[in-house]
Amino acid sequence: MTRPTARNITEDEYFFGHKACAGCGGSLAVRMALKVLGSRAVAVLPAGCMSAVGFNFPQLCFANNAMISTFAGTASMMTGVEAGLRARGEKDYQVVGFAGDGGTADIGIQALSGAIDRNDNMIYICYDNEAYMNTGTQKSSLTPFGAYTTTTPAGVKIRGNIREKKNMFEIVAAHGIPYAATASIGYVDDYMAKVRKASEVKGMKYIHVLAPCPTGWGIRPDETVEYARMATDCGLWPLAEYGCGEYSLTRSMKDPGLLRAYIRGQKRFRHLRDPDIEYIESKRDARWEHINRSWKAP
Amino acid sequence: MKPHLRTCIPEWRSDSLPDNTAYEAGFLVTKNSGWRDIRPVIDTKKCTGCLQCYLYCPDGTIARCGNKVSVDYDFCKGCGICAKMCRHDALRMEAERR
Ligand SMILES: Cc1ncc(C[n+]2csc(CCOP(=O)(O)OP(=O)(O)O)c2C)c(N)n1
Ligand code: SF4
Ligand SMILES: [Mg+2]
Repeated sequence: MTRPTARNITEDEYFFGHKACAGCGGSLAVRMALKVLGSRAVAVLPAGCMSAVGFNFPQLCFANNAMISTFAGTASMMTGVEAGLRARGEKDYQVVGFAGDGGTADIGIQALSGAIDRNDNMIYICYDNEAYMNTGTQKSSLTPFGAYTTTTPAGVKIRGNIREKKNMFEIVAAHGIPYAATASIGYVDDYMAKVRKASEVKGMKYIHVLAPCPTGWGIRPDETVEYARMATDCGLWPLAEYGCGEYSLTRSMKDPGLLRAYIRGQKRFRHLRDPDIEYIESKRDARWEHINRSWKAP
Repeated sequence: MKPHLRTCIPEWRSDSLPDNTAYEAGFLVTKNSGWRDIRPVIDTKKCTGCLQCYLYCPDGTIARCGNKVSVDYDFCKGCGICAKMCRHDALRMEAERR
């Protein structure tokens, strides 16, 4: 199929009128995925910002069928929805899940792992804003090192989150999933292409899309797309795909020097000192050594 | 297809639906325009129809309109991403009340 572009995607809006903060990256991730998947997508969303802003009865902001799952049960409800549609003899549908980083890498990880193991035919999208945002910014296992959250405060001895961001993409890939990808709301063309590709692969698919949250990151509402781009360009969020046992980059690091501006521009990192930033750089460089050795170049 | 404003709130006690919040998709009863203190204004002379603003609007409030774009001021929250995405200086953020 042709690559989705601004010109050839549908004019329909499936996620519209929602109450997300101005400039919310997560809402852009949901909007663009649904524009690619179309009216036959059935969406499942657990507790988290995207369900909280999308379903405020009677303000229901999805034009397609959509429902809220338990926090831990996104992938298992998707399995049920898919089985139900199949049993009813429905054709040409897409079951898609949109869960946050907490809903994916912490509380929902076993349901997701089970669904990958069953290889059900559906698309799981993790919109990653790097904390539990809907409850006011608590650390998840996808919060990066050094970030301030209400559960990882910055003081004299401990400066924000002391743990590294969990490598969810490779954890999912290690299941031998048919298709997995990382994406970013900063590069929507690449994201749409991956959603389209996922919709054409049979079996379980996983897309992990970085979706900055101006409210929790401490950036301006008009900066979310720029910061999403910077995360990829400075090498902290490589865009890649996994399939048939192989990893391939779709966009590499552009400028390692950008990392400092990326960190310094966000309030959640403002307590970090130069050695902390050097530590983040060293971790990034070690990861890129591995990527350059074993992933296919773009 | 797009969620749209309704004039009456739904009657949720019906025979055909469970007695809970399951209801018709795309049912809007409020606008978002009151959130905004700045608004994007398009200079149609400068707009080349590159659609970057349309692609990156988190609220889907920019529509393709011929070979240009138009803004839905009922639902635009004034985040300003569109103005940042425009490479042709065709979108400017202006104060909502002057
Ligand atoms: C079992 C359970 N525990 C806790 C909550 C409270 N809760 C609702 S949303 C949320 C945060 C979700 O974080 P994340 O999954 O990262 O999504 P985000 O809000 O950041 O989009 C929490 C803790 C809940 N609804 N259910
Ligand atoms: S708190 Fe963050 S993720 Fe939640 S709606 Fe606001 S910007 Fe989006
Ligand atoms: Mg989150």
